[in-house]
Amino acid sequence: MNALPLLSALVAVPLIGAVVVASIRRENADAARWTALGAAGLVAVLAALVALGFDYSADAPWLQFTESYTWVEAWDLNLSWGVDGIALLMLLLTAGLTPIAMLAAWRDLDAVKRSVPAFFALILALEAAMIATFLASNILLFYFFFEAMLVPMYFLIGSYGTGPKKQYAAVKFFLYSLLGGLFMLVAVIALWVHNGGVFDWQTLVDSEPMADGTLQNWLFLGFFIAFAIKAPFFPFHTWLPDAGGAAPAAVAALLVGVMDKIGTFAILRYCIPLFPEATQTFAPWIIGMSVIGVVYAAFVAIGQTDLKRLVAYTSIAHFGFIGLGIFAFTQASATGAVLYMFNHGLATGLLFIVVGFLAIRRGSAQIADYGGAAKTLPVLAGIFLFAGLASLSLPGTAPFISEFLVLFGAFTGNEPVAVVATLGIILAAAYVIWMYQRTMQGERNPALDEVPAMKRDLTLREKALVAPLVIAILGFGFFPQPLIDAVEPAVDNTLLFISGSPEDLPAAEGVTNE
Amino acid sequence: MNEAQQAGLQIDWAGLAPMIIVFVAAFGGLLVEATVPKGRRLVVQVSLAVIALAAAFAAVILNQGKNGTAFEIEGAAIGSVVLDGPGLFLQGTLAVLSIIAVLLLAERRTTRGGDFVAEAAVVADSAADKAQRREDGATEIFPLTLFAVGGMMMFVVAGDLLTMFVALEMLSLPLYLLCGLAKRRRLISQEAALKYFLLGAFASAFYVYGMAMLFGFAGTVDLAGINQAGVDSGQPRMFLYIGVAMLAVAMLFKAAAVPFHMWTPDVYTGAPTPVTALMAACVKVAAFGGLLRVFNVGLASSAWDWHLILTVIAVATMLGGAIFAVTQRNIKRLLAYSSIANAGYLLIGVIALGEAVGQTMFYLAAYGFTVIAAFAVVSLVRDGDEEATHLARWAGLGKQSPGTAVVVTILMLALAGLPFTSGFTAKFSLFTAALQADELGLVIVGVVSSAILAFPYLKVVVLLWLNEPAPDAPTVNLPSPMAGTVVAAGVVATILLGVMPGFLLDIVDQASTFLNT
Repeated sequence: MNALPLLSALVAVPLIGAVVVASIRRENADAARWTALGAAGLVAVLAALVALGFDYSADAPWLQFTESYTWVEAWDLNLSWGVDGIALLMLLLTAGLTPIAMLAAWRDLDAVKRSVPAFFALILALEAAMIATFLASNILLFYFFFEAMLVPMYFLIGSYGTGPKKQYAAVKFFLYSLLGGLFMLVAVIALWVHNGGVFDWQTLVDSEPMADGTLQNWLFLGFFIAFAIKAPFFPFHTWLPDAGGAAPAAVAALLVGVMDKIGTFAILRYCIPLFPEATQTFAPWIIGMSVIGVVYAAFVAIGQTDLKRLVAYTSIAHFGFIGLGIFAFTQASATGAVLYMFNHGLATGLLFIVVGFLAIRRGSAQIADYGGAAKTLPVLAGIFLFAGLASLSLPGTAPFISEFLVLFGAFTGNEPVAVVATLGIILAAAYVIWMYQRTMQGERNPALDEVPAMKRDLTLREKALVAPLVIAILGFGFFPQPLIDAVEPAVDNTLLFISGSPEDLPAAEGVTNE
Repeated sequence: MNEAQQAGLQIDWAGLAPMIIVFVAAFGGLLVEATVPKGRRLVVQVSLAVIALAAAFAAVILNQGKNGTAFEIEGAAIGSVVLDGPGLFLQGTLAVLSIIAVLLLAERRTTRGGDFVAEAAVVADSAADKAQRREDGATEIFPLTLFAVGGMMMFVVAGDLLTMFVALEMLSLPLYLLCGLAKRRRLISQEAALKYFLLGAFASAFYVYGMAMLFGFAGTVDLAGINQAGVDSGQPRMFLYIGVAMLAVAMLFKAAAVPFHMWTPDVYTGAPTPVTALMAACVKVAAFGGLLRVFNVGLASSAWDWHLILTVIAVATMLGGAIFAVTQRNIKRLLAYSSIANAGYLLIGVIALGEAVGQTMFYLAAYGFTVIAAFAVVSLVRDGDEEATHLARWAGLGKQSPGTAVVVTILMLALAGLPFTSGFTAKFSLFTAALQADELGLVIVGVVSSAILAFPYLKVVVLLWLNEPAPDAPTVNLPSPMAGTVVAAGVVATILLGVMPGFLLDIVDQASTFLNT
């Protein structure tokens, strides 16, 4: 059906774009902006082509659009790409959110003396690395991009971030992730040594599961800690509020909206099929951590005084829900968790971007610097409220579906846990509504009138870039079925390793792009 | 030697050619000092050294595939010089790395007259010394370097302890001298030389004692013979223990392993930066080449006896190097401690024995290129004529010299072991081999040490890009094509080995078997 190497192109286009944009001179900022947007737009088109050509039927092969090129033969390291329903959603999220984030940061650098081409080149490099982790079907290849991604993000936070603690935040982010990654590296090597030199994901999934239970437990932990730091799950979360608070809002949208999903995505893709027994052994602990994360992060979010840190904490609570959904091992909860990853990217991405609009106008993200701002910024306030309500999973918005599915699935078998997690919904309402109230409603902060920008409501560019997100949140809120159809086969395949026998997996031979 | 033996002695001249070329060129360099007028010496010396090393490299390539000894009597091998896969690979690596190092030694544009003193005998900071600062540096450094490199090439193919000792002295003595030849901050440089010399002399003494003990135990200094004796010698095993311990002290001193590392930061800081680069890259290759051979060929049969103590040393080296690197405020000291930590990783390869020989050699080559480029960059960043080695002076370098800052960033990320750099591929292959040899504990310590070590590297990157430059910030002096080539070669190799490690992995895989193992 499709002879084009689409998945290779999806990694190559942003990478080449990054090199091209980086070579543009500092003075030609507009050329850099448009080239970068063009590259990101092309990626979005390619991603849409993949979505159109994807086989959504239940008996389709697990990975589709597979490609493989030899790279380092001695290590079984190949440029192997493939996409399943979960990766497809993540790909669409990445490809959609990146150009929006670029537009959101379009003029933000005018005030600071930083290189514009470098900023957009870093975003493209980050996009390439993120897409590559979603599409990789070779474990070492995944690891390469999993680690390489830290470099552009480190510079985006440290060099383009805001606030006095940006360097601290960037270094903390980098070292925390690197430490997790190195433990994963040991597990990756041990896996390789144990299975006789195989890194190909499909081969490993098709082969007999690991017999040695102790080894499986250790390898699981090696992988899981790296992913739990990336996600981040409580108690590995402490880097996120710093990084999210310091990053420019558009970058924070990508950080929390997409990059953190790599952690949960990788748990589904690697931990469960490769170490099914260990996954079950540790599941009760992880569910416990998830639920603590839901409640704890919500409480901490209520206490935040900085908008960006607040949104970062809400995300930690949401990742608790995702963890709960995955490790409850029911079809509904796991499907919900995957939808949650997608919808949370939309809702939190939007929320971060709107907070960015506010922060660039006011010159501060402190809640105390606002108050009654809705009077002069009615449209912005409206979008802010909408994004907040979406992130607390109001029915009618897309996140509601996923949160419902997670809790519904978790109730069967894990009732007490689900009940505690439901508390999170109430707390979410508290932090969102209170955040809105303190910034937009109530007595007007007189200091706001001294800031001329606070009288300028959304510009056309800003409206144009939030519109797709608003439409997607509403659209998938009312019609979630396409998303569910896309992920269910992949979720079923993954859960077969827990509940059923992996022999029921669809055959890997029937590759679609032949 | 009677006539029959003489008739039966066969010498593989082609196999000895790389060393002969380098030594002859070194003597030639001495003659050049005596005959060629001062103004033209630099050109002649540099050309001579580069051509000789390139020829030596070509000779190594021609020897490729050899697996035997250079001397034979009546068909019976004499193991003093062993031409086998690892030996030849390391000789080739040494030749390439030392060409790069020689180019760095020849750099004269970044500071007037180069980094070397014209007349080393002049009392430091005297009026005469101040006067000679404007003069060009001495050119004896090139023959001295050639002698050292020749010694290193001999060290990695030496098949008995006596030849190895001669090679060890051959490579050490010129280096002691070179360390003391800095033009600026001469007292520190001389202190470094003295420190290195005294400790190095102690190490040599340990080596000789160790050799005597092993001779008492095995009745031979031949490595293969010692290995055999480890199985069937009737002598008390205590001789073996003491011998191995003393030999290890000497060689670990050269390799800069904890607790024999004390000299490293001082000598690396005090020595002229090009010499530091030579030591960090080439001496490391030679020292670990020797360690690999001694432990694989000579002591494999007694692995049980030394495994524990070497493991302890490796752990101490990895953690010690990394932890001390965190607090450093001087880029040369930072790189010195990082080289100690890297010695720890390489020791994993030594401990893992046969499985890891190829991977250890890959690591040596990859690390050598990166570290030479790193020191080359250090020699470019200057406050006036002096190198700006204090890290605080590097703040905001990314603003003024983005090109240099990009290079430093790539090198730091490579040292930190990020994917798509040689630092990652080297660590990955080494740790893989170690896990195959069931050294899980060492690999975990290695990973923890890498994580700690990432912090100081990252600190440098933070300084470069995220800090504001000081008003009197140092300048990056434009290098001549000499140092420019060094930096370019190092960075290209770092990225190439990170992205396309396949070809070198194949080579080390084929060249990973020692003769007699």
